[in-house]
Amino acid sequence: MKRSLDQQEELFAPGHRACPGCGEAILCRMVLKTTGRNVIVVSPTGCIETFTSPYLYSPWRVPWIHPLFENAPSIASGIAGVLKAKGMDKEIKVVVIAGDGATFDIGLGALSGMFERGDNVTYICADNEAYGNTGFQRSAATSLRASTTTEPAGKLSLGKSRPKKNLPAIATAHGIAYVATTSIAYPRDLQRKVKKALNIDGAKYIEVSIPCCSGWGFDPKLTIEVARLGVQSGLVPLYEIEAGEITKVHKIKKRVSVEEYLKAQGRFRHLFQSEKGKQELVKIQEVADHNIERLGLL
Amino acid sequence: MDEVRVVEGSQAIARAVKLCQPDVISAYPISPQTHIVENLAQMAADGELKSEMILVESEFSAASAVTGASAAGGRAYTASSSQGLLLMTEVIYNAAGMRLPFVITGVNRSVSAPISIQIDQQDSVSLRDSGIIQFYAESSREAYDMHLMAFRIAEDPEILLPVMVCIDGWILTHNYEQVVFLDQETVDRFLPPFKPQQFLDIARPLTYGSHAEDDVLMEMKYSIHDAMIRAKGRIKEIIDEYAQLTGRYYSGLTEAYRTEGAEVILLGMGSMMGTAKDAVDEMREKGIPVGLIRVLCYRPFPYEDILAGTRGAKVVSVMDNNFSMGSEGAMGMDLKAKFCNLEDHPLVLNFITGLAGREVGKETIWQIVDRSRVIESMGRPELESYWVDLNKEILPSGGVP
Repeated sequence: MKRSLDQQEELFAPGHRACPGCGEAILCRMVLKTTGRNVIVVSPTGCIETFTSPYLYSPWRVPWIHPLFENAPSIASGIAGVLKAKGMDKEIKVVVIAGDGATFDIGLGALSGMFERGDNVTYICADNEAYGNTGFQRSAATSLRASTTTEPAGKLSLGKSRPKKNLPAIATAHGIAYVATTSIAYPRDLQRKVKKALNIDGAKYIEVSIPCCSGWGFDPKLTIEVARLGVQSGLVPLYEIEAGEITKVHKIKKRVSVEEYLKAQGRFRHLFQSEKGKQELVKIQEVADHNIERLGLL
Repeated sequence: MDEVRVVEGSQAIARAVKLCQPDVISAYPISPQTHIVENLAQMAADGELKSEMILVESEFSAASAVTGASAAGGRAYTASSSQGLLLMTEVIYNAAGMRLPFVITGVNRSVSAPISIQIDQQDSVSLRDSGIIQFYAESSREAYDMHLMAFRIAEDPEILLPVMVCIDGWILTHNYEQVVFLDQETVDRFLPPFKPQQFLDIARPLTYGSHAEDDVLMEMKYSIHDAMIRAKGRIKEIIDEYAQLTGRYYSGLTEAYRTEGAEVILLGMGSMMGTAKDAVDEMREKGIPVGLIRVLCYRPFPYEDILAGTRGAKVVSVMDNNFSMGSEGAMGMDLKAKFCNLEDHPLVLNFITGLAGREVGKETIWQIVDRSRVIESMGRPELESYWVDLNKEILPSGGVP
């Protein structure tokens, strides 16, 4: 992993039909550069399936399967089971790359089963905090006060009324081998964590923050910039959990206010337009402050 | 040397599955399960079975795990029943669409509400349109043989579809019956290791589960149907091969019983057809011209065999152990659909029998045959389906027959 990303083998071919500036496509490319060829990838229904698999075309230069929306973990368990039965589980890794809707909502039961069984699968959640493929509806991963098409800001609403589900904590509660959060703005951090997960036997969970320019409302050229602001604000903390304990955090080098992160995105625009909205900004800043203090991010 | 033993139906099936040596066995206990996977789990715990046991959190995941296993090029097995089969439904469509073979035992039980653990075929019949091949066993020994053949059929390069072997709950799963077990060597000759031409192979990467639109989706769906239709011939060849190797002969996708010269032919599937055969014997002794056709393979639907077997009969009385609400029994509809464009065909009557395990005894069969002969003599049925032994006294509406 010493070589730069550009020098690593390109296993996610160009020419797919993701939106310009798509964070998820960047993630797929980075993950495959980390895994190399000896991998089987499972992706549930979502943006990835839509933009990578129009019949007769595929950017996947590794074996890839899209089953259903809610069963990628159990499909992966079946694949891992065959590899184990055939004695190939050391040589070939099983990786899921799934959206947050599949992970936090509809597929959570199957994911919990896979975690509890400790199947040898690296599960990577591409978290854009909503159902991006179908018009940016609310998911359990949507951040507090973000406007989505099913919980929009309006005269009586300030967007999502509940905080984001803490899935890394849920994963950790299963006693799985490795849990990590990372961001596409930090490719070295991302690649190191994926590499580490691949070399641990058992179930692993990695949550990756991937800004969605069309859903979040920012210029496609700013995807990495917005991802970085999320981390620098403390709203997207990057950490690792092994054996139930936080073992490493990514320190924030240049801290920014949550306002700086939120004002870069259309989905939080309403918070800057009313007194009530501004009060919510204070609460969101408290969330970031709490993350920074709790995890020692500075 | 073949081993003869009296065993529970579930045990017989578990022994058949063991001989097939799946790479992956996946199972969820409730909704409800049977002793089949418990037996397999014990074999694995004792080191007699090498399969990876994936003990999932739902039938949705049980079906998914075997789908994933099949995609990875492995042989896979699961079992379910009732609510569990319905929960699997979305996955079964998906697996059939990706042409991923595996074998499921479908233990027939009622579908909620009202909740019941008693027997009927509503669960598996509800999966009839999904692309899964469906067999229905009459006895435990037949279920044993069907499981061995099911893997061959599912994995056949011309078929490549999931196969479900349906057995009636309690009557077959929990009944003790004499079964002659085959040895591993014989089964290995019949069922070689699964070596699919395509799978999730790092040496030859493939994309499974693509997004398709109107330009190809119809052709993809047609190809599943086409495989099903062509499977009819392959299934017969595989049954013949099994017969040559084991001396156990099955007549094909259907079994005709005393149909020669029969004016009334009963059509049905599952364990109730054993009772129906006894009733047919009684009627034949009394000179009543009645016979029976048992459907062993429901999808693909063997209508050619049924047409041939019912030629010359005055009436075919279809006994459905299921019902399509707002219409009629599934096999009744199947047969009427196949007969309607023929110039000359027997009258088709539809009898709904034995839901939630309501006893289908010999007297029930007598009642169906008597009624069929009366309706036939009058020309046409007044109803498209008749619910047998319906207790009108407890129906709020007073009930239609």
